[in-house]
Amino acid sequence: MIKARQKQKKKKSGLYNTGQLHLMLLPAVIFTAIFAYFPIFGLVMAFQDYKPLIGFRESDFVGLSQFKYIFTMPSFRQAFINTIIISFFKIILSILVPLILSLMLNEVTKSWFKRSVQTIVFIPYFFSWAILAGMILEIFAYDGVVNNVLNSLFHTSPIAFLVSNKYFRSIIIGSDVWKGMGYNTVLLLAAITSVDPTLYEAAEVDGAGRWKQALHITLPDIAPMIAVLTVLGLGNILNAGFEQILIMYNPTVEKTVDILDTLVYRLGMMNHQYSAAAAMGLFKSVISLIFVGTSYLILYKKSDYRVF
Amino acid sequence: MKVKHSVSYYIYQVFNTLVLALVALSCIFPILHVLSMSLSSSSAAMAGRVTFFPVDFSLAAYEYLIKKKDFFHSVAISGWRVLIGTIINMIMIVITAYPLSRPTSQFPKRNVYMAFFALTMFIGGGLIPTYMVMKGLHLLDNFWVMILPGAMNIWNVIIMMNFIRGLPKAVEESAFLDGANHWQTLFQVILPMAKPAIASLLLFCMIGHWNSWFDGMFYMNNPNHYPMATYLATQIINNNQSMTNMTPEQLALLSSLSEKTVRSAQLFISVVPILIVYPFLQKYFVKGITVGSVKE
Repeated sequence: MIKARQKQKKKKSGLYNTGQLHLMLLPAVIFTAIFAYFPIFGLVMAFQDYKPLIGFRESDFVGLSQFKYIFTMPSFRQAFINTIIISFFKIILSILVPLILSLMLNEVTKSWFKRSVQTIVFIPYFFSWAILAGMILEIFAYDGVVNNVLNSLFHTSPIAFLVSNKYFRSIIIGSDVWKGMGYNTVLLLAAITSVDPTLYEAAEVDGAGRWKQALHITLPDIAPMIAVLTVLGLGNILNAGFEQILIMYNPTVEKTVDILDTLVYRLGMMNHQYSAAAAMGLFKSVISLIFVGTSYLILYKKSDYRVF
Repeated sequence: MKVKHSVSYYIYQVFNTLVLALVALSCIFPILHVLSMSLSSSSAAMAGRVTFFPVDFSLAAYEYLIKKKDFFHSVAISGWRVLIGTIINMIMIVITAYPLSRPTSQFPKRNVYMAFFALTMFIGGGLIPTYMVMKGLHLLDNFWVMILPGAMNIWNVIIMMNFIRGLPKAVEESAFLDGANHWQTLFQVILPMAKPAIASLLLFCMIGHWNSWFDGMFYMNNPNHYPMATYLATQIINNNQSMTNMTPEQLALLSSLSEKTVRSAQLFISVVPILIVYPFLQKYFVKGITVGSVKE
């Protein structure tokens, strides 16, 4: 009987031949194992006094002392606070600004103008920070365009934006919001245009103006999407934009824009305190995982948003 | 529909248009500024006389750049990276997304694989352990360190997977009835129908490889191995490092010492490929994000 069943299984060619499916997944499994799972095992170094010359196996285990060490670092405290502040403003503004833009775009009657603005605000999204940072630092330089314009309009003396602990954080937040605003604007505008037009007609009959229509019809209609975007953003609160800050900051403004990721990078790659850096990275990942997990759980329960 | 507008409505419309025009301007101004800088004489650029248009038109920056071998060497590396990296990314996306798009009735182990991949979306080793793994694999200072670690991207696979799931089932069923196996179904039935998804993922991977700079800097010790984006990024970072505790006078001196026009020319050249593919990007990507990402 078993033989007969095996025979039948063999006959199941095509659709039920799962061997081919396993084979297709083999490269992905290998890549994921090597490049995603190996480093996770490498986290063992956070509990060691890791010496690159000896390797993981021979380095001494030191328990939690690396964690104790990083928690006493003043720069760690500062970086943690900076991460939260920068991230918080980025999350709020990167929803608020596109929301305002999409509501404004929705009021535009000339479709060519609407289309062009949509097209243009999306451009910075596709540029690398390696390019944008060069442009932004140039524009805000001591002898850059912003200072020139301020000077000719208000006769102010030039401001050293790039080494200013007062302004630089805003430049970081502002430029990130600016780079990404096209994405959410397009997303929200698509949601706005899919609002049932009969609702607007009914409101018009009732005498509601454009402003009231936006407030009482458009906003409530896209509120679920705004909620989804906010929750997803809050899940990522410990990711304040590593690449952007790494390329834009300088030692003078470290106090206000140094974030956990940049601190890990400096600690590991410049100071060669590998284990302390790995411990800090692990700490960040664990907290992050809690935030991301919670945000997905909320979305799973409260909305139809699904990733998989 | 006859609508009578009040005066305040017209004022609002003018204000609205003006603000939106300014926002749009802010998005093209940096490109315009960099282009004008690169086409101006270096004295005009240093004196800060360039805003929108070139002042004292000059091609000197580009003439200088052509002779600068290291910049074009890095552009060539970027080119290879985009070509090879995108091909590998696309193969991986297609052959991984297809099995994962099968229902569990057809492929019982599907959820096990999905969990294995999806877990990496939430946990990772972080910067330092990843570096040590690359070191152990002898991938440091190796071209392939920019290709292999990102070869399998679960986010892109999920986009493709969802697209395949949305295709009409009847077509693949009839292919199976005709005796096709999974490979044949994937390449002869599914892929021709998945062109929109392939196009957007292709552009996405290309832009990703062109723009990536951190991996180049992190894993390469020899600047001769830098791709273009890393080449530009390290220039900026080195410049920033020298900005420590400077007086305004020193700051002004610093930015005029570094060749403004040449730097602008480099920035502009690196932007051109993106501007060329941008119309296609716009077409497919906007469709992609409004259909695939956030579902209400």
